[in-house]
Amino acid sequence: MAAGVAAWLPFARAAAIGWMPVANCPMPTAPRDHRKRHDELIILNVSGRRFQTWRTTLDRYPDTLLGSSEKQFFYDEETKEYFFDRDPDSFRSILNFYRTGKLHYPRYECISAYDEELTFFGIIPEIIGDCCYEEYKDRKRENAERLQDDQDDNKDCKLPNMTYRETMWRAFENPHTSTMALVFYYVTGFFIAISVLTNVIETVPCGATPSQKDMPCGERYTIAFFCMDTACVLIFTVEYLMRLFAAPSRYQFMRSVMSIIDVVAIFPYYIGLVMTDNEDVSGAFVTLRVFRVFRIFKFSRHSQGLRILGYTLKSCASELGFLLFSLTMAIIIFATVMFYAEKGSSSTKFTSIPASFWYTIVTMTTLGYGDMVPKTIAGKIFGSICSLSGVLVIALPVPVIVSNFSRIYHQNQRADKRRAQKKARLARIRIAQTGSSCTGFFQSKRNDLLNELLELTGSEEEEQQHNKSISLLESQHHHLLHCLEKTTAHEFVDEQLYEQNCLETTIQSYTSRSPSFSSQDGPIGTCCTRRGKMNSPLPNSSLPLQPSHQQGALQELSALHIQCGDKLPHTTSRSSLNMKTDEVGPINCKGSQITTAIISIPTAPSDTTDGGGLHGPPQRRPPPPPTGPQAPSINTTASSNVIKVSAL
Amino acid sequence: MSSCRKRCKREMFKFAQYLYRLVTGTLHADSVEDELELSAVRHRPEGLEQLEALTRFNRKELQILYRGFKNECPSGVVNEDTFKDIYSQFFPQGDASTYAHFLFNAFDTDKDGSVSFEDFVMGLSILLRGSVQEKLNWAFNLYDINKDGYITKEEMLDIMKAIYDMMGKCTYPLLKDDTPRQHVEIFFQKMDKNKDGVVTIDEFIDCCQNDENIMRSMQLFDNVI
Repeated sequence: MAAGVAAWLPFARAAAIGWMPVANCPMPTAPRDHRKRHDELIILNVSGRRFQTWRTTLDRYPDTLLGSSEKQFFYDEETKEYFFDRDPDSFRSILNFYRTGKLHYPRYECISAYDEELTFFGIIPEIIGDCCYEEYKDRKRENAERLQDDQDDNKDCKLPNMTYRETMWRAFENPHTSTMALVFYYVTGFFIAISVLTNVIETVPCGATPSQKDMPCGERYTIAFFCMDTACVLIFTVEYLMRLFAAPSRYQFMRSVMSIIDVVAIFPYYIGLVMTDNEDVSGAFVTLRVFRVFRIFKFSRHSQGLRILGYTLKSCASELGFLLFSLTMAIIIFATVMFYAEKGSSSTKFTSIPASFWYTIVTMTTLGYGDMVPKTIAGKIFGSICSLSGVLVIALPVPVIVSNFSRIYHQNQRADKRRAQKKARLARIRIAQTGSSCTGFFQSKRNDLLNELLELTGSEEEEQQHNKSISLLESQHHHLLHCLEKTTAHEFVDEQLYEQNCLETTIQSYTSRSPSFSSQDGPIGTCCTRRGKMNSPLPNSSLPLQPSHQQGALQELSALHIQCGDKLPHTTSRSSLNMKTDEVGPINCKGSQITTAIISIPTAPSDTTDGGGLHGPPQRRPPPPPTGPQAPSINTTASSNVIKVSAL
Repeated sequence: MSSCRKRCKREMFKFAQYLYRLVTGTLHADSVEDELELSAVRHRPEGLEQLEALTRFNRKELQILYRGFKNECPSGVVNEDTFKDIYSQFFPQGDASTYAHFLFNAFDTDKDGSVSFEDFVMGLSILLRGSVQEKLNWAFNLYDINKDGYITKEEMLDIMKAIYDMMGKCTYPLLKDDTPRQHVEIFFQKMDKNKDGVVTIDEFIDCCQNDENIMRSMQLFDNVI
């Protein structure tokens, strides 16, 4: 119960008079209020600044320092006030929490100082209101990161016993950890650059020799380039293998983008080695060498910027996709228009709509190569409209994408953060608040029962021990809940007890009902309705509702029964067991006996062998006598799978 | 006919305006929302003396009540949603919104959709300081949903379901679907003396006054404030 609405408890209690005329049982007595009823002002002296508030304001949150008896430690008898030697500025927001029920985080406050104050006064930070919580969490995270960075710098110096493999992996991931790693990093970077350069220079015409005409350098100095390539590929292969060896999860590593790039970079070389002499095929494999350009992507290990760009594109994919889509639409529209506009003119380059695509793209991106130009007037008009709209279509989404990206990126981060935080917050609040209303209520009921027992036995000391001091507010709230129980003649129970009861009563009621099953339709009705209720605590039941005619009801009944009686994993086998009792249909025996037969199945001990044994033909198995309606006795009859033949 | 022409003219004018704005490029950012700016609902109650005269609370009690009330509802009035919220906090296991709705209607005596401090304190005055007759009257008023002077079985069933909803699902013994109906039957058996299917105020008060349990429970909350 939120203590903020404590002020409304008197109203809720007064409104309980509305239940009195309909109650059938007498009401419990109300808790007595022994303290003086009038409210008194409390003076809180925080480092000389005096705050005053009502006692009841502070009592709203009994699990904090100011709300509990802990503040008595700070009571000054001479001045009749509570003295705290803390920061008065922070105390303001803390006192406001009691007054308004919302805890705010003042932005000028240092995060660690504020945290300390909260801890001192026993307030959990999760209660901070939504208006300030994000700020609080951000500042806290920054602070933690700053401390973490300081720690990391110190940590890198000392290397506790890491295996050789872990050291290697760390060296690969953070080149700054050791000199060897740095050397390795630069060496690989150098060779990537060399490799890319050689790829590029290979295709440059090298100057004519007397004997042959101009040919690219690659063909002139084949051996040299081949050696260069081999060296680079060797280095890359070694690097890849070392990374593979050092990776904590090899499978993950092999699936990562960087390793795929590595593989693609070195693969063509090996394929080229294998397939050297076959002329036709080697022509095709020359084109494989284009994949050598992927080596340039290896630079992304060395460059943070590339990585960020890659991530940007990946996260912005939908925006880019939209841009592409709208461009495509515009291109198709304008290409069609231009084609039909230029159809009349002779010797036109716009031979087909796909051919006009090229013109549209070139015009819309304002490139304007001029290899295709419209000649008709209509073509020129539409061409100008095309180029104008091209500017619009392309210029507009780009800043939108940029800002979208930045916004979505931050928003997603914040939304995920908030979602994760919210769950964690609620969980922590729940854990920290030891006296939640439900558990408090159940505890007090247990205490009452214990007290009654102890009164019977007459031992005073134990009684006082068990009487945990709950606040007057809580006892009044519990009394209110008690009155509701008496009005409805039902008691509150907690979840587990409820589910247990649910199971027991279904078994009881069905066994007690079985003899008269065939005679009435009424039980079927209530069974079915109850089934609706029963299904809720057992979410793992997956059987569909069946029409409530006799056999259908039987199946339903028995199926329902199997569900309730067996929460263990082989429920499905049992329920399928019952699904197979379509065979029950043709057997024209008295419903009651079938019912009892099937009822006894779930009460069998929970091992599959028995279940399997019972599975056989249930309709042929004669029923044991109907069991009594008590849960314990069901277990005892279960142990005796006595099979008695009876006339069906 | 003339109204039709007027409307046509208005529409044409608006369209012309729109075209003009489109051409000149003025962004007309007027929003209808400006007109609908809700004036903050604020309510100041009667003075302490008047309230003291109207209710049976003394000054101190009224002060305590008002402070609590104003803390939860700084604007001075409670609307139905806030009311439901607050009341639901006392019954975490079940759904208290239906019953809170009926309560709200019982407290909102002037039927203006919100409970002001006067309504609140006058209701409390009856409940906590009133005579048994008055309390029973209030209870009858609560049950009589359409305020026609008779409690029918349907009204009682609604109230009963609302009360049982507050219990929630996890109860012992298990709540059956017809438990409220059975409870209503018992109630009507007790209260409906002439068996005409409705309970009038006199039957109600008579019967309650003869029932010891009810009489005793009426006094239960006398010292709440």
